[in-house]
Amino acid sequence: MSGVVIAGVGLHPFGRFEGASTTDMGVHSVRAALHEAGVGRGGFQAAFCGTAYGGVATGHKVLSRLGLTGMPIVDIEAGCASGGAALQLAAGAIRGGQYDTVLVFGTEKMPKGIIRSSFFEPWQEEAGLAATPAFFALRAHRLAQTSGVTKAHLAQVVVKNRRHGASNPVAMFQKEVTAEEVLASRVVCEPLHLFMLCSPNEGAAAVVLTRAGASAGSVPPIGLASAVLRSHLPGAVLSESTPLSGLTDDSVPSPTTLAATAAYEEAGLGPDDLSVVECQDTDAARELLSYEELGLCAPGGSAELLSSGATELGGRLPVNPSGGLLSKGEPLGASALGQVVELARQLRGECGVRQVPHARVALSHTVGRGANAGVVILTR
Amino acid sequence: MVREGLCRDAPEPALLGSRCLDCGAHQFPAHVTCPYCAGDHTEPADLSPTGVLWAWTAVTAAPPGYRGEVPYGMGVIELPEGIRVITRLTESDPSALRAGQAMELRVVPLHTDDDGSPVVTFAFAPTPS
Repeated sequence: MSGVVIAGVGLHPFGRFEGASTTDMGVHSVRAALHEAGVGRGGFQAAFCGTAYGGVATGHKVLSRLGLTGMPIVDIEAGCASGGAALQLAAGAIRGGQYDTVLVFGTEKMPKGIIRSSFFEPWQEEAGLAATPAFFALRAHRLAQTSGVTKAHLAQVVVKNRRHGASNPVAMFQKEVTAEEVLASRVVCEPLHLFMLCSPNEGAAAVVLTRAGASAGSVPPIGLASAVLRSHLPGAVLSESTPLSGLTDDSVPSPTTLAATAAYEEAGLGPDDLSVVECQDTDAARELLSYEELGLCAPGGSAELLSSGATELGGRLPVNPSGGLLSKGEPLGASALGQVVELARQLRGECGVRQVPHARVALSHTVGRGANAGVVILTR
Repeated sequence: MVREGLCRDAPEPALLGSRCLDCGAHQFPAHVTCPYCAGDHTEPADLSPTGVLWAWTAVTAAPPGYRGEVPYGMGVIELPEGIRVITRLTESDPSALRAGQAMELRVVPLHTDDDGSPVVTFAFAPTPS
């Protein structure tokens, strides 16, 4: 996606904020991103807003508060990948010549507890078949069979991400945990313990995209090499498309693999070129599966990649230097853009103790129910 | 049954699926259009009441909209038709199950409705040896 850059980013911390509305958080993030990009009233020609629980006209409410309306404002729901979907549309519109500058943001206040999703039919809830953590657990169970992933590996993912998150001032949990503490937390769905699951929460993130050369902000522009969204192909019973049945044929590519393959091709880059990755760690096993689906290791190699230390800060390819969703929590509509904000700051060298040295190429990955998988590649 | 059209509640129960006359793939629940080839030539098909265990867990806290007992088992059964099905399991202790073990279909109580009538659902149980 040559010719599109990120001119500015902004973020409202992820956590629980009793006094702040979805609109308040969106305003906070949008104001910060526009300021960084040096963009004011009349400075962008369209706005895309990712949200899953925000309700009618979430984006309009944010921009009305700022006196920035008149242009098309479109709300986008694509589950955990809502922000990735918004980025794909915005970048495509700039590349196609429709707009010069587009505002992309996401804002969310998730209900507490196990996510209730309108995706499921009432009878599925009644039968106990809408238990989100159980689907994660079944996937973790399969990773144990295919990749030798043990509970110790799952705990190690949590320890790693919480260690990273301890130095991220916008994370919900900024306290390190030990493997013993992770394994002592209650079992939600075997093999997943409570600390291995991310917390649905609240937050907002914003990004200003502009045509390369048009950026007038105070920060160096970051190249958007690709922004790809893909849905699923039918077949995998544990896919995020969450079917009630699938095939015994294991060769059907996952939506993440479909998105990653297209994103690498569009960017003219591959997994070996990456300096840093933010990936979907809804649960600890999901991070390991993402290693395999994104091509960071061979199929079956995720436990080995983790054990090698490569994905820790200081390793060959740090994954989730922000602390990931396990530290930040997950506000669906803001989650993908939160990753992009972190990665833009990594590529600008602004991340302090969690900075990945000499970061040049960064990949963001989100995947959620639908299925929707978003992969974004950024370059310095 | 928690929803009509999913499972025949009879002495010999069966999951009510469909089979694509174009590509041959089976599907559960029954589909009019085949999700694998998008063909519209499908027919109803009773699925095999026996299969093998492919993945399993147990749910320890009631998810939204659920009024039955916890913990309860949940898993994936591989059927001879070449498909895998998401289902409740009668076994809620994950350590009592093993990969590839034989499982069979049952109709089991789920909860009692507001008007006092029992609601049942499909589940798979270990086949008695």
